[in-house]
Amino acid sequence: MAEAIESLTGSTQPPDIEAERAVADRISMATQWQLMWWRFKKHRGAMIAAVIVLFFYTIVLFADFFAYSNPRQSDAQLSLLAPQPIIFFDEGEFRPHVLGLSGKRDPQTFKRVYVIDPEKKMYLTLFGEGYTYKLWGLFETNRHLIGVENGNVEEGVFLMGTDLQGRDIFSRLMLATRTSLTIGLIGVALSLFLGVLLGGLSGLYGGWLDGIIQRIIEVVRSIPTIPLWMALAAGMPTEWPITRIYFFITLIIALIGWTTMARVVRGRFLALRQEDFVTAAELAGASQLRIIFRHMVPSFLSHIIAATSLALPAMIIAETSLSFLGLGLRAPAVSWGVLLQQASNVQAVAITPWLLYPAIPVIIAVLAFNFLGDGLRDAADPYG
Amino acid sequence: MSEQLISEQQLIELTQSPILSVQNLRTYYHQDEGVVRAVDGASFDVFAGKTLGIVGESGCGKSVTARSILRIVEESGRIESGSIWLRRENASGQIDEIDLTTLDANSKEMRSIRGDDIALIFQEPMTSFSPFHTVGNQIIEAIRLHSDLSVKEARNRGIELLRLVGIPDPERRIDAYSFQLSGGLRQRVMIAMALSSDPKVLIADEPTTALDVTTQAQILELLHKIQDERGLAIILITHDMGVIAEMADDVVVMYLGRVVEQGPVDNIFHDPKHPYTQSLLRSIPSILAEPRTKLATITGSIPHPYNRPSGCPFHTRCPDFMRGTCDQREPQLLPVGPDHKVSCFLYHP
Amino acid sequence: MLNYILSRLFAGIITIWVASIISFIVIQLPPGDYVTAYIANLQAMGTSVGAGEAEALRIQYGLDQPIYIQYFKWFGLILTGNFGMAMEYNRPVAEVIGDRMTLTIVVSVAAVLFIWALALPIGVYSAVRQYSLLDYFFTFVGFIGIAVPNFMLALIILYVSFKYFKVESIGGLFSPGMSLAPWGWDKIVDLIKHLPLPAIVLGLAGMAEVVRIMRANLLDELRKPYVVTARAKGLAEHKVIWKYPVRAALNPFVSTIGYIFPFIVSGSIIVSLVLGLPTVGPLLFKALIAQDLFLAGTILLLLAVLTVVGTLISDLLLMWIDPRIRLGMEGSN
Repeated sequence: MAEAIESLTGSTQPPDIEAERAVADRISMATQWQLMWWRFKKHRGAMIAAVIVLFFYTIVLFADFFAYSNPRQSDAQLSLLAPQPIIFFDEGEFRPHVLGLSGKRDPQTFKRVYVIDPEKKMYLTLFGEGYTYKLWGLFETNRHLIGVENGNVEEGVFLMGTDLQGRDIFSRLMLATRTSLTIGLIGVALSLFLGVLLGGLSGLYGGWLDGIIQRIIEVVRSIPTIPLWMALAAGMPTEWPITRIYFFITLIIALIGWTTMARVVRGRFLALRQEDFVTAAELAGASQLRIIFRHMVPSFLSHIIAATSLALPAMIIAETSLSFLGLGLRAPAVSWGVLLQQASNVQAVAITPWLLYPAIPVIIAVLAFNFLGDGLRDAADPYG
Repeated sequence: MSEQLISEQQLIELTQSPILSVQNLRTYYHQDEGVVRAVDGASFDVFAGKTLGIVGESGCGKSVTARSILRIVEESGRIESGSIWLRRENASGQIDEIDLTTLDANSKEMRSIRGDDIALIFQEPMTSFSPFHTVGNQIIEAIRLHSDLSVKEARNRGIELLRLVGIPDPERRIDAYSFQLSGGLRQRVMIAMALSSDPKVLIADEPTTALDVTTQAQILELLHKIQDERGLAIILITHDMGVIAEMADDVVVMYLGRVVEQGPVDNIFHDPKHPYTQSLLRSIPSILAEPRTKLATITGSIPHPYNRPSGCPFHTRCPDFMRGTCDQREPQLLPVGPDHKVSCFLYHP
Repeated sequence: MLNYILSRLFAGIITIWVASIISFIVIQLPPGDYVTAYIANLQAMGTSVGAGEAEALRIQYGLDQPIYIQYFKWFGLILTGNFGMAMEYNRPVAEVIGDRMTLTIVVSVAAVLFIWALALPIGVYSAVRQYSLLDYFFTFVGFIGIAVPNFMLALIILYVSFKYFKVESIGGLFSPGMSLAPWGWDKIVDLIKHLPLPAIVLGLAGMAEVVRIMRANLLDELRKPYVVTARAKGLAEHKVIWKYPVRAALNPFVSTIGYIFPFIVSGSIIVSLVLGLPTVGPLLFKALIAQDLFLAGTILLLLAVLTVVGTLISDLLLMWIDPRIRLGMEGSN
């Protein structure tokens, strides 16, 4: 198809009718998903976004592997170290390394401080050894993407610097990515469930049920979300374990996100109820359930996928904002918002700007999901 | 209105030479998917007091022709070649001929021609008016664009025009919104607006398509009446052969942006030459037809605009297709009788 | 027309009522109550509180009664204009909130005005010059605006102004020394001078959204036949565009306030915390942490009222500019 279109645009000369017919046949024979894929491929921004999203979820799957330093181990003496540049060549040879640090005692304050030691070259390797972790809670290993040939990774490599407690920001970022993106995913799944259920009921049965559900949606939407989130999140007792807080945060975020989803689903149901193929299925004596799941849902599944992708950024921002305020996830949990909490003091940030680094993945992820969602939404209507 | 009464001498002069002459017009649309040759070499003349019917299936370039004349083709479309000669009175009162294709589409001169010399009415009476402004507002705007009348004078003129096109209670209706009027009334208001500055040429693009049959007849009658009173030249664009039979003096048959046949209305109906015209006429349902016979249709459908067939554009659907000729060369529009031209190898091998 | 206003008004009242229940329940959700938090606080500071004293506090605040009775008592008081006591401050809630609510409204309205003032011309430009360089640029900026959470934008602006312009205190709504001054012309001028930054920070994300809507709607409208009619009259192109399609696209534009307003009010809470604005944001934050029921409940409720009123105003505005609604006739297109 793509080639055929290029050939069409390439010349003003009418191309061979046979070729055109072949293209037409291919289009008419293609499944809905093929059509979507063809259309999606044309949206370059969405394609790039898809690759970025895949990249993010690879990090989610292998967060500990990408980290090289135990993200929970703090060392006050390594507090607020600046990021180290990677030097790729050593005496004309390709040997990526960073300059290590040596502890010295400050002659005036007698504090132990770390300074860059140009003599202490730490050569980076792939698949080096580091702290021990369990991959997916199953396999115990101590292999990481980055290691150091000579010496201990944890004491010498700080690619993005360290935070106030002397923890390596790069490694924490990897784990934070895992937390923040799974929260978004679970939140979306929950709101999808609520949205499809209530939106479906609303669109399918109409009448008073539709009226009530629509009113509820209106009320929920007119309440300012962040104060409500804050109130709900503030209600979580401080002594709760991380996992429970994590679960409740997703629940809170999903509580508000479902309204958009419900509207999409309801709209599609209303539109499809009038379609000929639904009437045909009814006349053929198909059961209600069969009509819904065999005929209606597949035809708007693509819309739901697009809506899901567009809902994710809001979830990510919500979690980040809440955690940033200290009302969401709390230490020892690590999320983008938790990391950014340290950047809330502007004077401190001016001196140690690397504390703002976690803002970058937030922005990139939100952008990527938006572009992906846009592309999917356009592709969802392959006949439109 | 006395000012547009014209002397007999002038009338003769005007009817002899066309007021609007389109020659070899080509308007192409340049889109991502390819170039659409919406109008591809159309030529015809329009005379004062006469109606030229342009007929063809949807997508044959009728409406683009109209828009090309007014120079309001959408951004992706462009007039590639050809000329559009308009005879008009210039500032010093002399008859002048200008080629509209040489003017800038947004120039002052072109804008003074639009609405003033050439007016347009078209298909969707529902959406042809802004729902946010009263019809009066839109008529008064049109009047004041081409005159020095005050708002109040323009309003009175507007009421007068509404009365002229047969709208009851025009003093009240002028303050109505378009959605408060019926389809027939809306089309009348549209005509009133088009007449607001005494155009010499009226382009009616499917003026009755969206109306029911009785309203349709009333609107056509109104157009007839106005034409008789003012010596207006009308370009009537339609796909409806019935409307053509009723209104047109001359007919242009278009297919895929090309004129395939043109001639006086009697010739077209009683002695159609082009296989396409013949097919079109065959596909009109008739009460005189033998009962239980199938209505003739034109086989196939209009080719995709990005993929025009080579040779004669109609050859893929033509019952008289000659292999080796029709798909190889392009036929020329050549005479087959007085004022009657056709573009087909059956007549000009 | 009257029906329309009444139905909108009724819907607004229902929303506020439901919001009052939600805010009340939300504040009641956490285990323990204000007294527990108060005692914990006192104990943390080294003062011990006896059980009898705690009980007395509970009775004083009516916390010993069932929750629905507490709700009705609270709601009844609110209807009489009495918002109860802010326990932490030991002053009436109305007094504690005072100016802060006004300033919240001022900041939110400023953000909406900022959005409208910029989104309208940008949206029109982007639609009329679709796929032009500037259109792409605005789309890009719009995506950034949507992607950067506004607290982060606030942080970045603070950081940049501190680092590169050496501005130490950029936040706030008043110059030092002005905040406590009585209201007067000077103070208003001072406030207006401080408004642009919070308005921009708050408005940017919303603006991107509104530009997107404006552009899409105008693109739709530009294809409508009445635009051709206007052109065919001989009207100059810019007059055609501003009189007709822009006028039509203004409708969805105005109705966007219905959902950007809750969004802005939300945002103002969190941005106020970062920029140190004297709005209800920081107050709500503290009240929630201290579990100050009356204060937090009142703020939540007032915010809901604010958004409902904002939406109502936009609905009335919509009615005023759309003759189809005004004349009680739904246009069939």
